[in-house]
Amino acid sequence: MLGKLTWDAIPWDQPIPLVAGATVIFLMLAVIAWVVLKGYLPYLWREWITSVDHKRIGVMYTLLGLVMLVRGFVDAIMMRSQQALAYQAPGYLPPEHYNQIFSAHGTIMIFFGAMPFMIGLMNFVVPLQLGVRDVAFPTLNSTSFWLTATGALLVNISLVVGEFARTGWLPYPPLSELAYSPGVGVDYYVWALQISGVGTLMSGINLVTTILKMRAPGMSYLRMPIYCWTALASNLLIVAAFPILTATLAMLTLDRYLGFHFFTNTAGGNMMMFVNLIWAWGHPEVYILVLPAFGIFSEVISTFSRKPLFGYRSMVMATMFICIVSFTVWLHHFFTMGAGGDVNAAFGIATSIIAVGTGVKVYNWMFTMYGGRIQFTTPMLWSIGFIVTFVIGGMTGVLLAVPPADFQLHNSLFLVAHFHNVIIGGVVFAAFAGLTYWFPKAFGFRLHEGWGKAAFWFSLAGFYLTFMPLYVVGLLGMTRRLQHYDLAQWRPWVLLAGLGVVVTCFGVACQIIQLVVSIRERVELRDEMGDPWNGRSLEWATTSPPPAFNFAVLPDVRGEEPYWEIKRRAIETQQLAAEPEYEAIEMPRNSPTGFITAFFSTLTGFALIWHIWWLVGVGLVAAYCVFVWFAWRDQEEYEIPAEEVAASDRARRRAREAWLRANARVGEPA
Amino acid sequence: MSSSQAVPATHLREPDPYKLGRAPYHGGSGHGHGEPPGHGAGGPASKRVIVGYGFWIFLLSDIVMFSGFFAAHAVLQDATAGGPSGKDLFDLSRVAIETGLLLASSFTCGMAAVATEARSHLWTQVFLLVTGLLGLGFLIMEAQEFAAMIAEGAGPQRSAFLSSFFAVVGCHGLHVTAGLLWLGTMMAQIFVKGFRPNILRRLLCFNLFWHALDIIWVALFTIVYLIGAGA
Repeated sequence: MLGKLTWDAIPWDQPIPLVAGATVIFLMLAVIAWVVLKGYLPYLWREWITSVDHKRIGVMYTLLGLVMLVRGFVDAIMMRSQQALAYQAPGYLPPEHYNQIFSAHGTIMIFFGAMPFMIGLMNFVVPLQLGVRDVAFPTLNSTSFWLTATGALLVNISLVVGEFARTGWLPYPPLSELAYSPGVGVDYYVWALQISGVGTLMSGINLVTTILKMRAPGMSYLRMPIYCWTALASNLLIVAAFPILTATLAMLTLDRYLGFHFFTNTAGGNMMMFVNLIWAWGHPEVYILVLPAFGIFSEVISTFSRKPLFGYRSMVMATMFICIVSFTVWLHHFFTMGAGGDVNAAFGIATSIIAVGTGVKVYNWMFTMYGGRIQFTTPMLWSIGFIVTFVIGGMTGVLLAVPPADFQLHNSLFLVAHFHNVIIGGVVFAAFAGLTYWFPKAFGFRLHEGWGKAAFWFSLAGFYLTFMPLYVVGLLGMTRRLQHYDLAQWRPWVLLAGLGVVVTCFGVACQIIQLVVSIRERVELRDEMGDPWNGRSLEWATTSPPPAFNFAVLPDVRGEEPYWEIKRRAIETQQLAAEPEYEAIEMPRNSPTGFITAFFSTLTGFALIWHIWWLVGVGLVAAYCVFVWFAWRDQEEYEIPAEEVAASDRARRRAREAWLRANARVGEPA
Repeated sequence: MSSSQAVPATHLREPDPYKLGRAPYHGGSGHGHGEPPGHGAGGPASKRVIVGYGFWIFLLSDIVMFSGFFAAHAVLQDATAGGPSGKDLFDLSRVAIETGLLLASSFTCGMAAVATEARSHLWTQVFLLVTGLLGLGFLIMEAQEFAAMIAEGAGPQRSAFLSSFFAVVGCHGLHVTAGLLWLGTMMAQIFVKGFRPNILRRLLCFNLFWHALDIIWVALFTIVYLIGAGA
């Protein structure tokens, strides 16, 4: 009836996951109870859960990313503290638990922390920057989000029901095969990633179509904001790379469930094929994450330097160059495979070449700042911190790209320090820069600057304190994923890294305090006009938060920085452009399709993990029924009457006219 | 907005001096710049174009997924582990009939599209039905082939070669099965709702999907069966 699932699946004898799991369940129940008792449930259902508005979905993605970043950070605290304690001692985490923690840490951080965060920001910002009203497929967008949430849920269920993979964040066979990982850990990994991977793929298709086929009139490719370019490159990579992940995990699943021999070490299976396939997805994945991050920094640096982005076209070229070359470097993740000198040399050179694209970008950012009137706001601090940190990470990356050096450093903490250096310094810093930068657009008030800056400085210091010692101890020969160690000369560096995590904790606390303080002081932090940073692209042309339809009339784009030009004209002529003729707007209706699909995929995924075959059948049949039911609906859109559009836009214009009057002198020559 | 964040005056009047590689500065009222460069400058495309385009992107991603299985098959083709190889197993005349069924179904699917263009309910349904029957025939033949192979001990557990064979061919078969479900749903929708714009868009996507399955089958037939039987 319940397949492999029994009471023994719950780790009664392990207090740490049990207490953690109980706390999380208690908190979730408390939140649900609060929502129900306060009567917020209908609002939540109507305005968020069934919403197909790209802005709402973007916010939910970002929230998921934030929560999962904290979840992954807890794993990081446990690993660092375990290594700090486990010098000639067993530490407090038994090996089988420790192995699950480092596997969960990587999986959660990449798939459910960084990815939703980046996709959420793209979802929110890209249609606004393109000057359009939604993404190409709004209901699909909602489904994508809920499938990603399903994956996150499954990974977190593994905390209390059963176990998670002990294989590392990429389940290399033969360790991940049934013979060596007989438990459900790898199955949790596989199904969580398959389900959320479908969501990511659909999200990629959606955004590629949006960017290529839906832009405001006049916005040619070379007038798109650079963030849209990086989003395009990132989503093209999603479309081209995620299917490889799907295929690879499907093969591993067939091996585990039906006795196939893709990667086994018997009957002709080839485990290095898994490593090749997974990195053919995995290396593009790195750029899926970091390209939109580059876009965020480009927007932030340009805005707060009060200058157009330096070398816009070279930035576009560098982005697309990285997009293509990212598919030709995967083998540098396993130079030690033994492919031979020629192959290694080719991939080593390709890896060094891809750094050129990033180098172009770094110079462009520096020249954008050069001669500008820089404002050291929180997003700008994250960006400057990024440039310094990322250059260090990039250089250690070029070092690792040299095969003979890689043979020494492979699988060491030097490698761990390197990829944390580029992912934290690149993606996480960008996530917080983007969060602070676009938060007022999403919610109508700014985040508190003081706490934001404190969060930045603690995070920056914590990062360096954690990972610079890991470079050293990696050069001293310490390999990654050690549960305990005996060498005295590693000990001080490991302790230093542990101290770094403490400092980073203060950073995380500041982020949370910043959110709380900002919500409390939202009246003082209110963004009345919709353009708090004196921005340059179209998202700042509408109100904060934007109306459901984003723009009453689609903007007419005449240059690379459309909003900057609109603003400049308004200041020069001391009046806004003439009021347009308002028309009724058709917007997509809300739909619970995504949520229901996710509900049944959670059931199906869970049933597959625990071999509850009848439930798999129920889930699949239900999925088909939802599909037909959704396809059958007659009313896909609702109409917002012209008067409502006009009223909303006139309010926006009044705020801007008031601003123009208040700042009348500013337009005059100094 | 507070005045401390207001627009600095000089930057409004003078074009930025560091605009290397950027389009010329557009001053004045904003009129008379001529056509914007590049594509897609006329505003959002029509819904039909957006849906078709998005579906094309999906098909490309699906083909990338198949390429993963094809790559695995190329690697594992000779890993027969002492078991039967393609030469021993493949009955090419049988596969030729399967190919014929699938190609014919693609033709009738195209005819259904022609009938839809002519807004003929009857012929659209007839050709969709024939498409479905041909697809079903293909699936039955494939299932028989699989069953026979498993019966003679050449199942996917036998060797890595057979694993990759069953996976890549079976994945295509699963796509055809999903296509048949979709086709049935479409026929019901046309029957109940008629040729509405959204139904027409879905028919367009279905046509693309069905033809894409054919393209993949052609690759399968060539790489898996023809090369496999010859090697």
